Amino acid sequence: MKKYKVNKTYKEINDRIKSGEVVVATAEEIINIVKKEGPVEAARQVDVVTTGTFSPMCSSGAFINFGHSVPRIRASSVWLNKVPAYAGIAAVDCYIGATETCEDDPLNKVYPGEFRYGGGHVIQDLVAKKKIHLKSTSYGTSCYPNRMIEKEITLRTLPSATLCNPRNCYQNYNAAVNLTNKTIYTYMGTLKPKAGNINYCTSGELSPLFNDPYYKTIGLGTKIFLGGGTGYVSWQGTQHNPSVKRTKRGIPVEPAGTLWVMGDMKKMSPKWLVGVSLQGYGCSLAVGIGIPIPILNEEIAKFVAVSDEDILTQIVDYGHDYPNGISKSYGQVSYAELKSGHIQFRGESTPTVPMSSVVKAREIAATLKNWIMEGKFSLGEPQFTLPN
Amino acid sequence: MYSKILILRFPKTEVHKPLVCHLVKDYSLTFNILNATILPRKEGIMVLELSGARKNFMEGVKYLKNQGVHVQSAAREIKRNNNKCIHCGACTAVCPTGALSIKRPEMYVEFDQKKCSVCELCIPACLPRAMEVRPTNKTFF
Repeated sequence: MKKYKVNKTYKEINDRIKSGEVVVATAEEIINIVKKEGPVEAARQVDVVTTGTFSPMCSSGAFINFGHSVPRIRASSVWLNKVPAYAGIAAVDCYIGATETCEDDPLNKVYPGEFRYGGGHVIQDLVAKKKIHLKSTSYGTSCYPNRMIEKEITLRTLPSATLCNPRNCYQNYNAAVNLTNKTIYTYMGTLKPKAGNINYCTSGELSPLFNDPYYKTIGLGTKIFLGGGTGYVSWQGTQHNPSVKRTKRGIPVEPAGTLWVMGDMKKMSPKWLVGVSLQGYGCSLAVGIGIPIPILNEEIAKFVAVSDEDILTQIVDYGHDYPNGISKSYGQVSYAELKSGHIQFRGESTPTVPMSSVVKAREIAATLKNWIMEGKFSLGEPQFTLPN
Repeated sequence: MYSKILILRFPKTEVHKPLVCHLVKDYSLTFNILNATILPRKEGIMVLELSGARKNFMEGVKYLKNQGVHVQSAAREIKRNNNKCIHCGACTAVCPTGALSIKRPEMYVEFDQKKCSVCELCIPACLPRAMEVRPTNKTFF
């Protein structure tokens, strides 16, 4: 006897994508479908649910191979538009990290610093097909005698450029508050003193890992929308921590799973990889990610029907507790409440501020839906799913 | 009562003439000089706040222009570069007047310039730096 009433395989869904019969809904649309039809009927009707998220994701970067020069160089240090890239790999490879700041940046010397240009901006400029100034130095070897090169590079002329983000798509994240008497500038944005505002940063019901909380369809080889192009989940992300407290329907109530994603930067777009400056904190990269979730059975249909009311997170003090490694929650709050604009915090109506763009997340889910319906995007069956 | 901060540039041929005093004498305007300097090549720059009846203000400015003085408004405004805005909402944390707000349930960030006090807090608070300050392009003469 089979465990589920509905049983679909990746191959069946991919065949339906090829023949144009596939039925796709976004993570917002599916909520009402499941409410109205029930999970079994919804699983029969809908093949794929598309999710989306767009927000700063600091653990991002790109491996860039900039090609050999004459005479050859074995690059020991590399700068792209004056932003240092890690060069401790083979001769003309480097890794540009999203949070690396421009070498002459004043940082936080005049607090709060502006952090106008960094690795995230280099990545956006590259995919925008702008010219990037590359400088590389070395100590010279018999086979690689050159000690310094400077050249203009563009994405088109690079032998290869691969976005490789070791931790993206956090499954849930803290809501940040500041209980001190001074304004603070954090990676969660500006936090006014005495709990002047509460900032949060996931797209809630649209966010990929809230729709597949136990990673039943996500693992090595899951094909995704990444930075406007196609990418893959290649591993669990760093700090992937599935064993946190969860609600009855499996939604973690604090930061949990993460994804390691990669893809060919040459097919990506500056609309979905945006260099950002976090005042007083540093540079980063806003990454657009969309994950298609195959509705293999009614259990998955139940999961994707999650709505903002069901997703809870903790309010954490970034003024004192967080910097001092004290994990303490000042209350549990749902994304429906956070998205409403105000919540009651310690008896007062406190404004809530998003850091993650729901508008863009929705656009990603809709774009991915169109790609699948037009037969341009098939599902990747994972070799194994992420540890849960 | 009409009042604006103006940047006046006097060409070196005019810099020695007493012009500003005529604004008081002939046009019943009052002024407060905020900054004045003569540059190495003898051109003068003066920043002043000029106040009075609107009609007199316009005529006073016309008088200065006829004397060869270059007149520019120092007023500034905040504009949003809509190509850069990602509608995250981070700016709404710092905007003191509610000019930047989130339209619910769509979650678009709206910018109502009429409510903006040009405090400029949103400029560094915006993640993709979509908020820009620039001189107002409203001409009043």
